[in-house]
Amino acid sequence: MSKLLEVKDLRVSFNTYNGEVQAVRGVNFELNKGETLAIVGESGSGKSVTTSALMGLLPKPQAMIKTGEILFEGQDIVKKSNKEMQKIRGKDISMVFQDPMSSLNPTMKVGNQIMEGLIKHQHMNRTDAKKKALELLDQVGIPHPDVRLHQYPHQFSGGMRQRVVIAIALACNPKILIADEPTTALDVTIQAQILELMKEIQRESDSAIVFITHDLGVVANVADRVAVMYAGKIIETGTVDDIFYNAKHPYTWGLLGSMPTPDSDDEELFAIPGSPPDMSNPPKGDAFAPRNKFALEIDTVMEPPMFKVSDTHYAATWLLHEDAPKIEPPDSVKKRMQGFARTRGDK
Amino acid sequence: MEMNNKNNIPKELLVPMKQREDTSEEISRPSRTFGQNARRTFFKNKLAVVSLIILVIIILMSAFGPSMNQYGLDDQDLSRAKMPARVPVLENISWLGLDGTLSDNFKGNTVEQATLKGVSRYDNAEEFIDIEVIDEGDGSRNSAEVKATYRIYEAKEMTDQYFWLGTDTLGRDQWTRIWLGTRVSLQIAFYAALISLIIGVAYGGIAGFYGGKVDDVMMRILEVLIGIPNLVIILLMMLVLNPGITSIVIALTITGWTGMARIVRGEVMKQKNQEYVLAARTLGRSNWKIIMKHLLPNISGIIIINTMFTIPDAIFFEAFLSFIGLGITPPEASLGALISTGFKSIMLYPYLLIFPAILISLIMIAFNLIGDGLRDAFDPKMHK
Amino acid sequence: MVRYIGRRVFYMLITLFVIATLSFFLMKMLPGSPLNAEDKLSEEQKAIVLEKYGLNDPVPIQYVKYLGGLVQGDLGISFKFSNYPVTEILLDRMGPSAQLGFQALLVGTILGVLFGLIAAISHNGFLDYTSTIIAVLGTSIPNFVFAALLQIVFAVNLGWFPVALWGEFEHTVLPTIALMIFPMATAARFVRTEMVEVMGSSYITTARAKGISEPAIVFKHGFRNSLIPLITVIGPLAVSMLTGSMVIEQIFAIPGIGEQFVNSVFANDYPTIMGTTLLFAFLFVVIILIIDLLYGLIDPRIRISGGKS
Repeated sequence: MSKLLEVKDLRVSFNTYNGEVQAVRGVNFELNKGETLAIVGESGSGKSVTTSALMGLLPKPQAMIKTGEILFEGQDIVKKSNKEMQKIRGKDISMVFQDPMSSLNPTMKVGNQIMEGLIKHQHMNRTDAKKKALELLDQVGIPHPDVRLHQYPHQFSGGMRQRVVIAIALACNPKILIADEPTTALDVTIQAQILELMKEIQRESDSAIVFITHDLGVVANVADRVAVMYAGKIIETGTVDDIFYNAKHPYTWGLLGSMPTPDSDDEELFAIPGSPPDMSNPPKGDAFAPRNKFALEIDTVMEPPMFKVSDTHYAATWLLHEDAPKIEPPDSVKKRMQGFARTRGDK
Repeated sequence: MEMNNKNNIPKELLVPMKQREDTSEEISRPSRTFGQNARRTFFKNKLAVVSLIILVIIILMSAFGPSMNQYGLDDQDLSRAKMPARVPVLENISWLGLDGTLSDNFKGNTVEQATLKGVSRYDNAEEFIDIEVIDEGDGSRNSAEVKATYRIYEAKEMTDQYFWLGTDTLGRDQWTRIWLGTRVSLQIAFYAALISLIIGVAYGGIAGFYGGKVDDVMMRILEVLIGIPNLVIILLMMLVLNPGITSIVIALTITGWTGMARIVRGEVMKQKNQEYVLAARTLGRSNWKIIMKHLLPNISGIIIINTMFTIPDAIFFEAFLSFIGLGITPPEASLGALISTGFKSIMLYPYLLIFPAILISLIMIAFNLIGDGLRDAFDPKMHK
Repeated sequence: MVRYIGRRVFYMLITLFVIATLSFFLMKMLPGSPLNAEDKLSEEQKAIVLEKYGLNDPVPIQYVKYLGGLVQGDLGISFKFSNYPVTEILLDRMGPSAQLGFQALLVGTILGVLFGLIAAISHNGFLDYTSTIIAVLGTSIPNFVFAALLQIVFAVNLGWFPVALWGEFEHTVLPTIALMIFPMATAARFVRTEMVEVMGSSYITTARAKGISEPAIVFKHGFRNSLIPLITVIGPLAVSMLTGSMVIEQIFAIPGIGEQFVNSVFANDYPTIMGTTLLFAFLFVVIILIIDLLYGLIDPRIRISGGKS
């Protein structure tokens, strides 16, 4: 597997009236060709900021990358100028946004919005671009593309709009497709359709996908690997199997435990109390400790490093230290992880 | 990534944490009410604050300015007509133009001819006229030019008098008239804004709160009224009524409230369907309590902002009406009336126009900037 | 769509009817008649004059006749110029007012849009503050103050343009500038606010994510979307030209409708006053209607949904 993208110690801060907000505090991950990485976390955990940084779309001048490298095919895109980024955006890295209702230009025909990128990056003439746009609409499952091409976004339903946004993102066969909560704003049935589409794209193209979500249920469906973010850091990362059957971080337990499942009738949901910390003043030590039932005294003093669980699985919690008390996940979460493993096995 | 074997880890701390009070829900920032936030945002807006200060000064001057000298509103005295501005102390700074002299350039074929023109222009009071030759000329037509400066206060033996902003064509003190005029203009604007506010809020509030049939009928009426251009109504009313403060206020408010009514109705409609109002209803609050405790506070921002923009509108319309001769007419003074009279002698005595023009512009700018500031202050998005 | 236009036209007619009725009865309340100016007339002659103006009829009959005339475009006969129908006077004076209003609105809006755009692009930069200051001054300073200033500086002192009167193109320059300041400043403020908002919307992020260059984003995506709502302001601006014309025409002695109106007021020429009032009202409602329809035509969202209903 070849590394397509490597993020090293990325730190992003926002300057606000109330001082510096540290949205991303040292994130490391890598993305291989053709794989799907899901980044999971609550709102405010820094996952969207991370992807904006990947696209070079951080709002200026409020946001700034303090340290870190984002190596795309070996080149650091943090150092690239906006002009250079324009050549990468939409061509090598493209993005699908959360709210399809507002992410399309209301006064421009859908066809033109798809063709724009093609004309810019692939230097196509309008006829060729139009042909390609028709293909793309067909590919993302929009019926009557020849009619739809000449329509405006408001003539599309939410799900259809999201398909158009995906078509725009796919236009130039990007090497990386970033999907920022692409299903959150949609109805459940439509969500399933869009996820199905994403999986299809994953199968058919060789694009790597970064899938941002707060919904673990979605992750199990589409991802190869999962990174769990909390308070601007990745606190656990591993393959889908690692995370779903063998989660090590109490926060991941909480996420798994608060996921309603059909067979969860008798068991209680394992909820995470409290709310995420104020990132303008991040707590000392482990940011999750105040909400953590299993916190250790050391959590208030020192941040836990990434402990290796297996070759693919890492987690940042002192519980993994050899001298730490052995703590098992709560029963309900354990039962769940076993349940997931069972259903996975059935498939 | 692997740091499992770091040695400097205080291993004695690898024990379960004693349960502490959960601090994650603690409020880490001082909480501010919406009003405090709004005030803070407003006072951070320098333009708005400066405008507010200027406006307060102007209002104070319109109250006390006229009694700061001995002249009255309609003290006509032709012997002291058209006196230029003269202010103690400042009269010694020549470029300010407050030294109580009139001066202009005169052209003629020769210096003598030009001088003669200047002297005859200034009451033939030769001994009080300083002539400064600008161009000797060569005898051809209008080639010579002189600057004549007329020390009119000395000529009229009024060196002990100071008309701070000069006098008008009838010898009335311009300082007194300007501040009294400002007072009238501001009064008209405040009354018009206040009445529009009361009618508009009541009408829009009732239509919005009751909805249904009541709203339907009231909105149909409003739609027709809004269709009537306010200019037309104001002009018609001014023709029928006798000129004066009351007439202008009536003319301005007769259609002026419709904008407020529409905004208030929209806002009430929006607010009354909010969950918090439903909650109050479910708890058995009376309509009156809901209006006073919930709706009014929540729409007060938009009402205040709208009023702040009604005031400069009213000031403009008063000035406009007075300018075309339908508003306040001399000897009464208002900013519009003063500008109107000033305009008539714009060529010879520009100061008669310039002072009221500056004042009305300042007032309009100040109100607009304060309005902008308030709009930002009441916009939660602007509270950083 | 047809139903919508029909409804709007119906409202327009009601509004005009209300105004006509209101102005008719208000004028009836006023003292003064065509006789005031011509005192030394025999009873017989007076009767002839009154007959000519239809003032011998009872008021309700006069009212009906007046409305009947209105439908045919007959606004009655001027008191002051006793043989001139008001309609003819107004038509005579339409030219200068229309030219002035059109020039001012066109130039003002174009310049305003330009200023607004520049301000939005240099968001919070020097150019932004400059054009914001221009906009605040332009919306705050009354246009007649501005007109007087222009007249003193550019006509009296510098002599670049004629002081007043009408005829050549030079005559239109200063009044046009004075009249266009308000639409210019309003358009500038509006476009700036809209543009800043549009540039922060998610579809601009989508366009950026496509790798489109910044100028293309500003013009193809941002500008178009902020211009559409501008149409809603143009209506009120066009109407403000009517108010402006009265004072500006007065200041520059331009033989237009506004100046005519002010003169009629002083001459107690009621038929002309009523005629002008109705013309203003008519222009007002028609402009607003046209703007609303135009808005529907230009914005695809409204265009389509309007077409369905």
